[in-house]
Amino acid sequence: MAKRYRSAGEITFDVFNYLVLGIIGIAAILPFLFVVAGSFATEAEITKRAVFLVPTTISLDAYRFIFSTDTIVRSIGVSLYVTVIGTAVNLFFTVTMAYPMAKRYLMGRNLILNLVIFTMLFGGGMIPTYLVIRELHLLDTLNALILPGAISAFNLIIVKNFFQELPAEMEEAARIDGCTELGLLWRIVLPLSKPVLATFTLFYAVGHWNNFFSALLYINDPSKWPLQVMLRQIVMLSQSAAGDLSSMDPNFVQPPEQSIKMAVIVVGTLPIMCVYPFLQKHFAKGVMLGSVKG
Amino acid sequence: MEAAEVSVGTSFRRRRREQRFRRLKRDKWLYILLSPGLLYFLLFKYVPMWGVLLAFKDYQPFLGFWSSSWVGLEHFRTFFQNPDFFMLLRNTLVLSLYNLVFFFPAPIILALLLNEVRLSFYKRTVQTLIYVPHFISMVIVASISYVFLTTQGGAVNEFLYTVTGRKIDFLANPDWFRPMIIMQTIWKECGWGTIIFLAALAGVDVEQYEAAVVDGASRWRQTWHITLPAIRSTIVILLILRMGTILDNGFEQIYLMMNALNREVAEVFDTYVYALGITQGAFSYSTAVGLFKSVIGVVLVLGTNWLAKKSGESGLY
Repeated sequence: MAKRYRSAGEITFDVFNYLVLGIIGIAAILPFLFVVAGSFATEAEITKRAVFLVPTTISLDAYRFIFSTDTIVRSIGVSLYVTVIGTAVNLFFTVTMAYPMAKRYLMGRNLILNLVIFTMLFGGGMIPTYLVIRELHLLDTLNALILPGAISAFNLIIVKNFFQELPAEMEEAARIDGCTELGLLWRIVLPLSKPVLATFTLFYAVGHWNNFFSALLYINDPSKWPLQVMLRQIVMLSQSAAGDLSSMDPNFVQPPEQSIKMAVIVVGTLPIMCVYPFLQKHFAKGVMLGSVKG
Repeated sequence: MEAAEVSVGTSFRRRRREQRFRRLKRDKWLYILLSPGLLYFLLFKYVPMWGVLLAFKDYQPFLGFWSSSWVGLEHFRTFFQNPDFFMLLRNTLVLSLYNLVFFFPAPIILALLLNEVRLSFYKRTVQTLIYVPHFISMVIVASISYVFLTTQGGAVNEFLYTVTGRKIDFLANPDWFRPMIIMQTIWKECGWGTIIFLAALAGVDVEQYEAAVVDGASRWRQTWHITLPAIRSTIVILLILRMGTILDNGFEQIYLMMNALNREVAEVFDTYVYALGITQGAFSYSTAVGLFKSVIGVVLVLGTNWLAKKSGESGLY
C-alpha cells in the first residue's frame, strides 16, 4: 500500500493496539510460566513471595517426589496408550468411512450422510450411552476411552469433503491402469491428503490426551486412570497419590504442596507444549477446511 | 392385454433390481470400507438414541431394558415439579447469558484488533501465543485456577492479603463462581475463536478499503462500513450454533469447578444428570432430564436457523 498521511489519532490507535495485543498474547501463556517457575521452587521461596517468574534457586525436589511412586508414571502410560491407539483407531474409522461417502454415485450415500448429520443435532445423552458401554462390557477397560469416540461426525464430513474435491481424472487414470479400489485409496488418495490427515491426527491425539470426561464416566479402577483424572485427584482433591517419602533418602524434605501440584500440572501440559509447534503449522488450515460449507 | 402390462411392469422392476444388484456388486469394496464406520454410528450413536425410551420406563437393572415397566411421562412430571428444575434452568440460562454477553463478542473484537496489525511478524507471534490455551485440557485450566485462587497459599490470595489484608475464597464463594467460569472460558477459547473471523476478514476485497480511503473514510469508518458487514454472516452462523448449545454449559468445566459450597449456582443439567444417573443409579429419571435438554437444544437450533433465514441470512441448513 502506498505511504499515506497518518493522522495523530491513527498513530495513537496503532500504538495502543500493538500494546494491548502484546499484553493479551503474554496473558495467554503467563499462568504456565508461573506454574513452571513455581514447580522448581523451594519451601523458603514459596513462603517468601507468592508469585514469581524466575526462581532464585532451582530445586527438582517436587519432580523427584512425584516420580518416587509409579502413580504418575502409570497414568502417563495409560494416557500414552489411549492417545496412540485411539488416534490410530480414529484415523482408520474416519478414513474408511469418508472415502466411500465421497463417491457421489454410491447407492445409499445420501441416507448415510443424513444419518451422520442427524447425530450432530441429537444424541441419546449421557445415561443411555453409559448403559450401552456397560452392556458391551467396556466399563473399566481402556477400550471405553477409545471406541465410543472412534469417529467425530464433524471431522468425518470435513475429510469426506476433502476427498470429494480431489481431481477425478487421477482416479480414472489409475483405474484404467488396473488399480483396485483399495489400491486407489492407499496409493492415490491418502498420499494426496497428507496435510488434512496430519491436522486430524493432531486434533484427535490432543483430544485423547486431554480427555477427562470418558475416564470419569467409564473407569473406576485407579490403576487405569489416565493422567487427566490423576491430575484432578492430586491438584484439586489434594489426594497425594503421587510421592512417597519413605522411598526417598532420609535427608529428603517433602517439597511444599504448592510446588508438588505445580510440578504435576507441568507434567500434564508438557506433551502438548512439545507437539504445539507442529500443531501450529497445521491447524489454521484444518480449521479453514472446517469452515467450508458443502 | 392386462397380463402383458403386468409382465412389462415386472420385467421393468426386475431390470431395476438387477441394475441395483450390479451396482452393489461393483461397489462392494466401498461398502466393505463403509461398514466399520456404519457399525460405529449404529452402536454408539443410534442405539443410545433408542435408549432414550428409558425416560418413559421405570428401569430396573435386574429386569433389564425390555421387562422394565412403562411409566409414561411420570419422570418428566416429577422433574418439573422438583424445585431443582428451576435451579438448573436458572443456572444454565444465566451462565449462557454471561457467555453470550462477555465471551461471544471477545473473539470478534480480538480478530478486529489483530486485523489492524500491519506488521505480519508481530501478528503471527501474537496469534501463536493466543492459540495455546485452546490445546490445554480443562483439568489443567481448573488445576491452575485452584493453585492460584486457593486461600491456602494461592498466589492471587497472597497478593490480595498483602495489599488489602483480606483473602477471598473464590473457589467456594457462590458469588465468584460465574465470573470464574467466564474468565476461564475467555482465557481458554477467545484466541482460538479468532481464527474463523480472521479467515472471514482475509476474504474482504482490498479494493473496497482503497476506494474508501480515496473517499476519505477514517479507519473507524472503514471498520464500520466494510469490515463488520463482511463478517456479519460468520457472526450469525456462530450465533446460531451457540443458540443450540444454550443448555450445554460444558460438563467438564462446571463439574471440575463445582463443590458443595457453590452448588446452588453451579449445578446445571449435565452435572445433575451425571450425579443422579451415574453416581446414584437413577437411570430413568436422569435420562428424562437429559432428553428434555436435548430436545430443547434441537428446537433452539432449528428455531434460530429458521429465524436467521427469515431475516435474510443464509443460515446453516
